Amino acid sequence: MAQSQQKNTTPSSATKTDDNLVQIENLRKHFPVQSGFIAEMLNKGQIPAVKAVDGVSFSIRRGEVFGLAGESGSGKSTVGRLVLGLLEPTDGQVLFDGIDLGDLNPEELRLLRSRMQVIFQDPLASLNPRMSIGEAIRHPVKIHITDDPREGREVVYQILEKVGLAPPEQYYDKFPHQISGGQRQRIVIARALVTTPDLVVADEPIAMADVSVRALLLDLMMRLKNELNLTYLFITHDLATAKYVCDRIAIMYLGRLCEIGPLADIYEHSGHPYTRALLEAVPVPDPRHRRKEPMPAGEIPSAINPPSGCRFHPRCPIAKENCSVDEPELRELRPGHLIACHYAEEFLE
Amino acid sequence: MSNDILYSIRNLTVEYKTRAGAVRAVDDVSLDIRRGEILGLVGESGCGKSTLGKALMRLHTGPASITGGELWFDGRDLVQLSENEMPYIRGAEIGMVFQDPMTSLNPVQRILDHITETIKTHEPQFESEISDESARARAEELVERLGIRRERLSDYPHQMSGGMRQRVMIALALALRAKLVIADEPTTSLDVIVEAKFLDLLKELKEEFGLTILLITHNIGVVAEVADRVAVMYAAKMAEVGEVNDVFADSKHPYTQGLLRSVPNIRLNEGELYKMGGTPPNLLHPPTGCRFAPRCPHVMEICTKVDPAFESIEKDHLASCWLYQEAPVDRS
Repeated sequence: MAQSQQKNTTPSSATKTDDNLVQIENLRKHFPVQSGFIAEMLNKGQIPAVKAVDGVSFSIRRGEVFGLAGESGSGKSTVGRLVLGLLEPTDGQVLFDGIDLGDLNPEELRLLRSRMQVIFQDPLASLNPRMSIGEAIRHPVKIHITDDPREGREVVYQILEKVGLAPPEQYYDKFPHQISGGQRQRIVIARALVTTPDLVVADEPIAMADVSVRALLLDLMMRLKNELNLTYLFITHDLATAKYVCDRIAIMYLGRLCEIGPLADIYEHSGHPYTRALLEAVPVPDPRHRRKEPMPAGEIPSAINPPSGCRFHPRCPIAKENCSVDEPELRELRPGHLIACHYAEEFLE
Repeated sequence: MSNDILYSIRNLTVEYKTRAGAVRAVDDVSLDIRRGEILGLVGESGCGKSTLGKALMRLHTGPASITGGELWFDGRDLVQLSENEMPYIRGAEIGMVFQDPMTSLNPVQRILDHITETIKTHEPQFESEISDESARARAEELVERLGIRRERLSDYPHQMSGGMRQRVMIALALALRAKLVIADEPTTSLDVIVEAKFLDLLKELKEEFGLTILLITHNIGVVAEVADRVAVMYAAKMAEVGEVNDVFADSKHPYTQGLLRSVPNIRLNEGELYKMGGTPPNLLHPPTGCRFAPRCPHVMEICTKVDPAFESIEKDHLASCWLYQEAPVDRS
């Protein structure tokens, strides 16, 4: 239950708890800002960098849906890519099933990737427009399962049926532009799941879909999760949707975690002013509902020079003097519920 | 036409010519926009809501054209106006805010120049020597009212955040004292906190300037938050129109009912979302009768044969559904 959130501890595989599929420790990813020779001189050799992820630790348990939420630019998608090993961290480590991704050579990483898959927001951008649906799904099958065309086709048929595209023969030779947006996202889900991965990183998987299609896609993803024993890292900006699928959720702001814990704890007893503002801002489909708290001032500052101390302090309604100096660490204030705010207790009554 | 109606759309039909045939993206739609209201227009992708929004300014080009109906805006039928007369309506009397402000603003023009140029183009009295000064003063006053510091007027669009750019778009409409602002998915590219603040601003402007706003969106929550009335479109037809409170509390059309139940609500504790079966029809070959009939849980015999009229069911509440209309066949 207790999570190791201490900084700078290097967990050996002995200390890793077996129920964690993914464990990330003090992860950082800084993207250097393109700058010329003169800019470099002015900065005395120090190249400014966007601190997209700046010291994030959490673990994802086997079989859970772990939500990672935040606004644009919070670093949530970068964390997703780091977990998949698509980006190399500037610092910190990612353990997948106890294996440190940083220790692997490209070939080993490629093999391990059959156990982790990704679903992106835009299915049209994820699918090759000149490749039929069948071929698109058979691609990972060829790489990870079987080279035999007949067997491969059979595997594709099975997964197409699983994602609700039946009869599969009817879809196999179609192209992405010939089917609807919702069906396209089903194809992307099918392609991600055909290798029966352990982990699926779903980065805004339903953001492009219409309201009535969203419910169907979410239902499909949850059904397949149970059928195939999947673990999801569900990255989203939509806290209303996250409510229906996540077991635990972490809220990110400017490259750091504000709060992490069981979904109900966060939604009902959030202890971080930023999380509270985010939850309050979500439009509610009920005309009688009125927002109670004022929205934080200003907008997200630059991740190149994040504010000192607590990164939220310039916009925070309860900020006090020390907030601009001391950076708050995540503290476990309720079982499994960690909050990075010096004054979280004010909310937790 | 009564005076509290700013824009009266009567039996509007807009067609797209495609190689496969004509597609009616807006099919015999009638709708009134009242002065000083925020009217939410909702529906899913492809239902025709954006086509309708563009038609209100006659912004169609290429394969799209208005093939029927009347557009009575403030006493004139815009369908009858010549193309030369439209620029005096567009921008000046009807302002438009699109989803992506980056594509609406000139990337190599400073915000100040953008606003003053707009003022000078549409209002010839500003073509005097003092024009620059007074246009500038108006621009400064406006953006400050919208929460942007006046120094930012010398910025280029890329230097501003998404929320600021959307406020600049509103400033452009207000600068010309537009009577109607058509906002097509104005908050879709914004983060929730920025969205919430933008929606608050819209409500304030409605009160302060008596602005009338047609808010086109797929986001039911946004409509619940700011709109006075809501219009629901389905497959190029108007399904239901009414006061926001009435429609959300007691929706009449089965499509609206399904739509409202499938929206995630962060405040409710229900475990699952309603899943509406089926998909909207192909508008190249729309089904006969009611277009929602193939997906409707209350479908009756009449529904697949005759298209229901769009009629008043209660005070200020219209719907096109046989459940509420005298049908030649028995309702069972």
